[in-house]
Amino acid sequence: MDKGFLSRQQFPALYQVLSKAGYEVIGPTVKDGAIVFVPLAGFEQLPTGWQEQVSPGHYQLEQTAGQRCFYWNTGPQALKPWLFKPEQHLWQAEQTAAGLCFRQTPEQAQPRAFIGLRGCDLAALNIHDQHFLNGVLPDPYYQAQRQQLFIVAVNCARSADTCFCVSTSDGPAATVGFDILLDELETGFLVASGSDQGEVIIQQLPLAKAQTKQLSEAKQQLQAATYQQRVMPDEQQLLKLVDRLDHPQWQDVAERCLACGNCTLVCPTCFCSKQESHSDVKGQQAEQVRLWDSCFSEQHSYIVGKVFRPEISQRYRQWLTHKLATWQQQFERSGCVGCGRCISWCPVGIDLIEEAQALLQGEADDD
Amino acid sequence: MMTDLLSKLQTPTKLQTPIVATLAEKQQESPGIYTLHLALETNSSFDFAFGQFNMLYLFGLGEVPISIMGWQHDLLLHTIRAVGRVTQPLVALDIGAQLGLRGPFGQGWPLRQLEGLDLVFITAGLGCAPVVAAIHYAVENRSKYGRIVILQGVKHHNDLLWQPQYERWRDLGDCQVLLAASEEKKRKYHWRLGMVTELLALAQFDSSHCAVLMCGPEIMMLAALKQLAKHQVSDKSVYLSLERNFQCGHGSCGHCQLGPYFVCKDGPVFHYPQIKSWFGLAGV
Ligand SMILES: Cc1cc2nc3c(=O)[nH]c(=O)nc-3n(C[C@H](O)[C@H](O)[C@H](O)COP(=O)(O)OP(=O)(O)OC[C@H]3O[C@@H](n4cnc5c(N)ncnc54)[C@H](O)[C@@H]3O)c2cc1C
Ligand code: SF4
Ligand code: SF4
Ligand code: SF4
Ligand code: FES
Repeated sequence: MDKGFLSRQQFPALYQVLSKAGYEVIGPTVKDGAIVFVPLAGFEQLPTGWQEQVSPGHYQLEQTAGQRCFYWNTGPQALKPWLFKPEQHLWQAEQTAAGLCFRQTPEQAQPRAFIGLRGCDLAALNIHDQHFLNGVLPDPYYQAQRQQLFIVAVNCARSADTCFCVSTSDGPAATVGFDILLDELETGFLVASGSDQGEVIIQQLPLAKAQTKQLSEAKQQLQAATYQQRVMPDEQQLLKLVDRLDHPQWQDVAERCLACGNCTLVCPTCFCSKQESHSDVKGQQAEQVRLWDSCFSEQHSYIVGKVFRPEISQRYRQWLTHKLATWQQQFERSGCVGCGRCISWCPVGIDLIEEAQALLQGEADDD
Repeated sequence: MMTDLLSKLQTPTKLQTPIVATLAEKQQESPGIYTLHLALETNSSFDFAFGQFNMLYLFGLGEVPISIMGWQHDLLLHTIRAVGRVTQPLVALDIGAQLGLRGPFGQGWPLRQLEGLDLVFITAGLGCAPVVAAIHYAVENRSKYGRIVILQGVKHHNDLLWQPQYERWRDLGDCQVLLAASEEKKRKYHWRLGMVTELLALAQFDSSHCAVLMCGPEIMMLAALKQLAKHQVSDKSVYLSLERNFQCGHGSCGHCQLGPYFVCKDGPVFHYPQIKSWFGLAGV
């Protein structure tokens, strides 16, 4: 992959070229104290100089004098709500003179270019592609959005205290699934294409040839981002969680967990949803709506006369064993991409790595 | 960005968006339980396997998973027990009323594969629609199977669906029908008092050459599995149909998970050895 260099002054050219090519440009910006992805009016909205301080139960942004736009790692959400929407209209039912009729709600999609996605975000996207496109029925709503997606990824130049993508092999470098890849240096960006569409875009940028010094600076900062404090046990170890269903640790965590479901909402790989039927006052039209749901809710496992997981310990166990163990049987990899979101956005600071370690501890020799 | 996954064709919409079904006939089976005979908007016959289910939609109220009971005179049969928000108004519909239908979904009983074996059907409570559907099939294809044993447990005599059918099955020849009522004080002709699992002692079949088809409350199925083991029936001979919360019906919504399985698409009928390590665990 040949890399070109785009100076910081010329960086807005990328916005111009993407817009001219017909993409709505979606990127990170600071809003309500967090980094969120929104349609950008220009690159001046990027979170220049912002960094995040994160720890279990804690997320705080800090403005620095730095010039970098991507010197942070994650916000609460990245791609997930754009493809698998929190509220998705599925189909409509109408009572007409001729009888009942059903219409699939057409999904409005337009070409969108996302800028600033990380290795972990792309790994999560890959998992959602498997789930929503490669299942029994490809999901037409996800598919419509996914088909029009253009991705400008960024290699992480630092990692946050809750990051552990190195141990899940999903970062800090973005390796597949992008159209353009950036390395942000002090003075500008290294730019490479990862697809034919990406090549078409970068051909139109005022790129200089990347210098050896710049390439090694990129390499060094990527290397620095791989020094992460946190390590998730490996997948073989994690599979053993299903042999620990009676472990007292589930009770221990249940005493701290509020069953609020935040962890499942911020997790870029969680895919649970429920359906509701909404009808108008006249009772002539009804709409079937799909909403994000979480296995932490009691309703999630409800059937007439029974809730399969009435206890919080059982719901936490569903989350952890699904994410880290049974997910591997479903998708041939764990459902965790090491982004650390569930750790910093848990209101009581429950840390899934610590829980997994506690559950696996002491019995690690029973292979 | 295109991946291979994206090049897939859009899917048949009758699985994603409902088709219209019209209530052509309705018959009461017992108090609160009705069989709906549905005419579909398509003329072609509806391909399904016994044990599969449809998602039935009632206007403005929502969808519920319901087993497919059969296809008769170009009508689709569903037997529904009125228990809640959707099913109560569903069975109260008048002839000519319309509803929505998506399906069929899931894995049914492997009835073809079981040809030549003795068949043992075990059900309890009222949630036995998938097994009754399989009995219908076995009875229609009587010559393809060995002995047929039907074990059914209910709380009260009157809870038994399709009473006359049980009498007819009794007369089929080589077909044993054993009934038990757990909360009845007086024993009725042809009935035992107690749990369905106790009936196994009376059942006559070749335990080394049989298939057991079960559905009902999981506690009952667990108890039956214990009894079956005592009667030298191997786990490999057992199939069961499970229930979970279904929102989508096709492996997308995540609600029906049992360990690594999605009950809607990997089941609802499972070969017991497949789910043995997960089945019957509390809170899973
Ligand atoms: C594979 C399968 C086959 C079934 N076959 C039949 C059948 O042939 N006949 C029959 O009478 N019943 C059957 N059921 C049970 C039937 O789906 C429930 O009785 C029905 O969903 C209750 O909905 P409700 O709105 O009336 O009840 P409520 O208690 O008001 O339920 C509200 C919602 O919870 C969910 N829910 C509640 N109970 C169940 C349940 N047992 N299973 C799945 N989701 C549930 C549904 O989304 C439902 O709309 C089957 C269930 C499954 C999973
Ligand atoms: S489980 Fe937590 S750390 Fe792992 S991908 Fe989900 S949110 Fe990120
Ligand atoms: S079951 Fe829980 S952990 Fe698994 S995808 Fe659904 S919400 Fe996430
Ligand atoms: S682990 Fe934390 S975020 Fe998840 S449900 Fe419990 S309290 Fe909420
Ligand atoms: S019912 Fe939605 S995944 Fe099974």
